[in-house]
Amino acid sequence: MTIETREARQPWILLSPSLVAITLLLVIPLLFIVVYSFWLRTATGADQVGFFLDNWTEALTDAFYRDILLYTLKIAAITTAVCALLGYPAAYFIARSKGNKALLLLLLMLPFWISYIIRTMSWINILGVSGAINSLLISLGIISEPIQMLYNQVTIVLGLVHFLLPFMILNIYVSLEGIDVTLEDAACSLGATRWQSFLEVTLPLSIAGLAAGGLLCFVLAAGTYITPVILGGPSDAMFANLVFEAIITQLDWPLGSALSLMLLVVLGALVLVYNHFLGMGQLMKGLGK
Amino acid sequence: MDNSKRYERLLERYNNGDLDRRSFLGLIGAAGLAYGVATPFAKHALAATEQVRFDGWGGVVSEAFRKYAFDPYTKKTGIKVVDGTFGSGDEYISRIKASQPGEYNIAHLSGVFDYARYNNLGLTSVLNEKNIPNLEFVIPKLTDVFRKVTDGTLSCVPYDYGTTGIAYNRKHISDEEAKEKGAKLLIDKELKGKLGAWGDWRTRIWYASLQTGQDPNDAKDMDAVWTAIRTNRDLLLKYWSSGAELMSLLAEEEIYATEAWSGRVYALQEQGHDIGYMDPPNGFGWQECLFVIKGSPMEACEELLNFMLAPATSIAVAEGQNYPPALDPKKVDLGKKIPKLPAFDPTGTLDGLTFANPTYWNGHEQEWSKEFGRIQKGY
Repeated sequence: MTIETREARQPWILLSPSLVAITLLLVIPLLFIVVYSFWLRTATGADQVGFFLDNWTEALTDAFYRDILLYTLKIAAITTAVCALLGYPAAYFIARSKGNKALLLLLLMLPFWISYIIRTMSWINILGVSGAINSLLISLGIISEPIQMLYNQVTIVLGLVHFLLPFMILNIYVSLEGIDVTLEDAACSLGATRWQSFLEVTLPLSIAGLAAGGLLCFVLAAGTYITPVILGGPSDAMFANLVFEAIITQLDWPLGSALSLMLLVVLGALVLVYNHFLGMGQLMKGLGK
Repeated sequence: MDNSKRYERLLERYNNGDLDRRSFLGLIGAAGLAYGVATPFAKHALAATEQVRFDGWGGVVSEAFRKYAFDPYTKKTGIKVVDGTFGSGDEYISRIKASQPGEYNIAHLSGVFDYARYNNLGLTSVLNEKNIPNLEFVIPKLTDVFRKVTDGTLSCVPYDYGTTGIAYNRKHISDEEAKEKGAKLLIDKELKGKLGAWGDWRTRIWYASLQTGQDPNDAKDMDAVWTAIRTNRDLLLKYWSSGAELMSLLAEEEIYATEAWSGRVYALQEQGHDIGYMDPPNGFGWQECLFVIKGSPMEACEELLNFMLAPATSIAVAEGQNYPPALDPKKVDLGKKIPKLPAFDPTGTLDGLTFANPTYWNGHEQEWSKEFGRIQKGY
């Protein structure tokens, strides 16, 4: 074997454990889901093997699924926007702080040590009728009756922002860390105000981190299941809840498979749009690569 | 079918002239060979049963089972009991569907409805009742409904029963008002934003049937039922999805009324919350059973069921979960706490409870669960 051949094979040898894992744990299960989506659920709950387009026809033509999908994308977009608005100043502050950066980063990572479900449920103790805010307002005499704050779209977005904000901050922070601070000083020395130097220099250079964080937040928010269950009202369901309901409650695995693939395709399309405008290379930059 | 029955049938066919002598002897020989080959392995397989898996609701129920049934059973037989939990019957049936035969053995399932679903999926087994002598203490009406589903045999033993009635906060709703309004309390416009409901399609349809004056086991006007479900939905603060969530919503006074599980309300009352509970006429009665899944080691499971049905175990579990046991109060002394539990029937006849008719509910499951899913989400 020549050196060239050996060198050509080496990356594949190194990659092989990952490729095997991805094939076994992602590609093959995904193929199963694709196959399942063409089967049918019978009245007894058993699956009818075959090639039927019924599930896909239902998923693609029924306004119910389209509306819930649009609602899901709307909630994900609002969550992403709020995360960006709150996350950028926080990331900027951490990136430009001196001395206590490690402590701030540690504080940022702290929520990850607590279960996502527990963190989501904590809002019940904060916003509930007998929660911290209502108790405080009543004890201060500001209100006489508790305000109903829980179980609506706002609390879903709140729960999602609580969950996803650290992802946004970390991505923007990594991007800001890579920017030479003297560029801002140079802009100021050429007559720009601090605000102008931020708008003209820092923001454009950190856009990759913002976009990477945005993509991550959007995809995770759009796939969420537990937040609407815990913090949503009677009609606040997202697309993942439909998948759960089809598979678990209705035991309709074929329809659930079609719905989950539909969400996958929509989110995959979003990644392709991102790739078209910013390129996946920008995502790597945003992740500090 | 056992070998004696198989031989008897062959002999009958031979005597009737359906089989010639050569075929008869050939089949007898083949059966003998199969028995000779299979028996040593069968014995080995039985001896090799090292563990039985039990899945239930966790918490105090698991603790009681562990103390009164699993540990003594392991001590006697040497067979370990692996104790698992599940969040809902729907979730569990999905797990079973995805599993290999024998992977899951015994489950603490809800009602006749689920029993029929498992039967439809070909997941039932046939218990040898002689191996479960404690079955004699069980209320006959509870076993009869299971027998009807599986042609006289049992794949489970009944274990406890309860009701899904209406819970209300006495600070805001008096006992008289609750009794007067009955099921319609849950569509009372004055309680808008202060009502909860279980996001379970069966319970929703059951209560909507009551609200529209129909038989919950035979509603004729489904349009009226769906309208009542929509009315209820528009007045709700939240659809709850677990017993813990139900208790939290009532205890924190987020909601003033909801339908609720009798045992959970009793637990709230024990904690000092002023929560009332009533079963409206034709309220939702249900029972839970210990179900043996097809492919399980039957003798080992039957012996474990016998331990679990022993009065000491049943009573401890019942006191822990606040649901009356399936034991007949005329045959077993149930102690002091159980007669005070909601839904308890001292006569042992259970005539006051209305149970779901599995044929009716299973026949509409696919259509109604989907329809409710849409209405729940605002459609």
